[in-house]
Amino acid sequence: MPKANIPKLAVWKFASCDGCQLSLLDCEDELLAIAGKIEIANFPEASSAVVKGPYDLSLVEGSITTPHDEERIHKIRKMSKYVITIGACATAGGIQALRNFKDVNEFISLVYARPHYISTLSKSTAIADHIEVDFELRGCPINKNQLLELISAFLHNRKPNIPNYSVCAECKRRGTVCVMVSKGITCMGPVTHAGCNALCPSYNRGCYSCFGPKETPNAASLSRWLLEQGVEKEELVRIFRGFNANAEPFRKESEYYEK
Amino acid sequence: MKVIERKYLENLFDQLKEMGYDLFGPTVHDGAILYDQIESANELPAGWRDKQEKGTYRLEKSGEPSVFAFAAGPHSWKKFLHPAENLLWRAQRTDDGFKVLKDPEPKRKKAFIGVRSCELNAILIQDKVFLNGLAVDASYQALRKDVFIVAVNCTHPAGTCFCASMNTGPGATKGFDISLTEVLDGDRHYFLAESGSSLGDDVLIDISGHDALDDEIATGKKALEDAVGKMGRNLDTTNIKELLYANSESPVWDEVAARCLSCGNCTMVCPTCFCTTVEDKTDLTGQHDERWSKWDSCFSLEFSYIHTGPVRSTVRSRYRQWMTHKLASWIDQFGTSGCVGCGRCITWCPVGIDITEELAAIRNNQTEKTNQI
Repeated sequence: MPKANIPKLAVWKFASCDGCQLSLLDCEDELLAIAGKIEIANFPEASSAVVKGPYDLSLVEGSITTPHDEERIHKIRKMSKYVITIGACATAGGIQALRNFKDVNEFISLVYARPHYISTLSKSTAIADHIEVDFELRGCPINKNQLLELISAFLHNRKPNIPNYSVCAECKRRGTVCVMVSKGITCMGPVTHAGCNALCPSYNRGCYSCFGPKETPNAASLSRWLLEQGVEKEELVRIFRGFNANAEPFRKESEYYEK
Repeated sequence: MKVIERKYLENLFDQLKEMGYDLFGPTVHDGAILYDQIESANELPAGWRDKQEKGTYRLEKSGEPSVFAFAAGPHSWKKFLHPAENLLWRAQRTDDGFKVLKDPEPKRKKAFIGVRSCELNAILIQDKVFLNGLAVDASYQALRKDVFIVAVNCTHPAGTCFCASMNTGPGATKGFDISLTEVLDGDRHYFLAESGSSLGDDVLIDISGHDALDDEIATGKKALEDAVGKMGRNLDTTNIKELLYANSESPVWDEVAARCLSCGNCTMVCPTCFCTTVEDKTDLTGQHDERWSKWDSCFSLEFSYIHTGPVRSTVRSRYRQWMTHKLASWIDQFGTSGCVGCGRCITWCPVGIDITEELAAIRNNQTEKTNQI
């Protein structure tokens, strides 16, 4: 197939663990189909052969944590027709955004023998805090099927079927018994964005909110209910400070109970 | 009416299987009583009962041999008749367009065992929604066809039950092939069986038992009468439609919106909520397409999305829509309330919002307002 007619894909990494971009390689069975429809032009994790930009679709993983990255993301935006951020780091700042609640200089002075070599920002932030983003794919890590759906939708110029409602809808559709109601397990499902097909509750665990806040989340009401059930304030701070600690509804909630 | 001793209950299962039915009934799984395919009466929840309150459900041992001593659980029969995810059709691209591939309809007949009166009423409501009117839902029609229903008159309502308020129970009055009332009387454990259809007659005739004696009938009747008093909730339906239509701006909606998570659990567990969304899924190659229908909820933003944005952007408007439809405009639309008093929306709300309390709050608020004038 002549390469000129197929869209060019680039995959970029910022502060992250690589798990989300590996989801693309994890598409084993579908990878050939993807490669047939998209030119994987810049994906260092998969190939050292890099085709120059501009790119039709850029998948961005990771959060912005250094002055250098702050500049780099603008360059990526300029050479990309569509920018899609993938994973909790890119969409909310990731687990490394726990630094946002503390003084980062104190960490640096304690961790590094020569702190003056370290050039970092005081906060870890989402890509959308810096540039215009066309779509945010949630998850820690992202769900491979959602990534495939997103790429399919992009290729066929249709809206992706990626709903913003709660994890509860997924539990109920698959018939999982609510772990909160039937066992009193703390679960973030009612305030969490769907997308994992309610994985943890299906193994009798509460949701950890890997996918971050759902649309119109009511974190305050969930907290009040959990407090009534005997959950401690410290525990509330902890459950809202996970992979999506810096997502605004969760950040506000954990700060409220930290006071 | 016929009396079937507990040891002959298996006859009913055998008889239905012989007639070519797959059997579905209550069984204990994952700390709850769920509806699933079962083969034998031994899989029924013998010795289990449930405790239900706002936002809590617990199973416990009852110490009794009863097999139906529990109320509505997390699942409803809706999952079999109106599946949560349903492939409507598939299509394949061809040289000159596309070809629709239709999957074969299910061939095996289903028998539902242990359908409570509230749930039976819910099935009859969904029958109205899907089978009456201008457009018949072909998928529902195919799944509903030939379903054999063994109802169980409910003698163990839960703390969140209020079917007596909605005139939908606890005894089954219509829509069943056979109804059973479970009776524990000293050392005796038996079922009072009544037929509700000619097919029900045919099945009952071959099951070991005797014509019910007056005192057996009286014992069953009393258990059912006692059940009315055991319901933990009630809902005052007086002028309910007018009440809700007149109170669309009640401050109660703001108060409930502060607690509502808009998670959609109430709509998913409700045995009458029927809304679905339709998803078209093309694959990477663009050669295949699938159209799925999936349970949707009026609590999501997308549900009311039109070209400039969602019509119901606030949680207040979404809760109001759900409750007003369920209890009021449903009556205009389908000639019946959309609520059967099963209490699932109360039990399975993660923060324990109680529809009976919210309606009472709206009524009280209106009364206070009227008194002030």
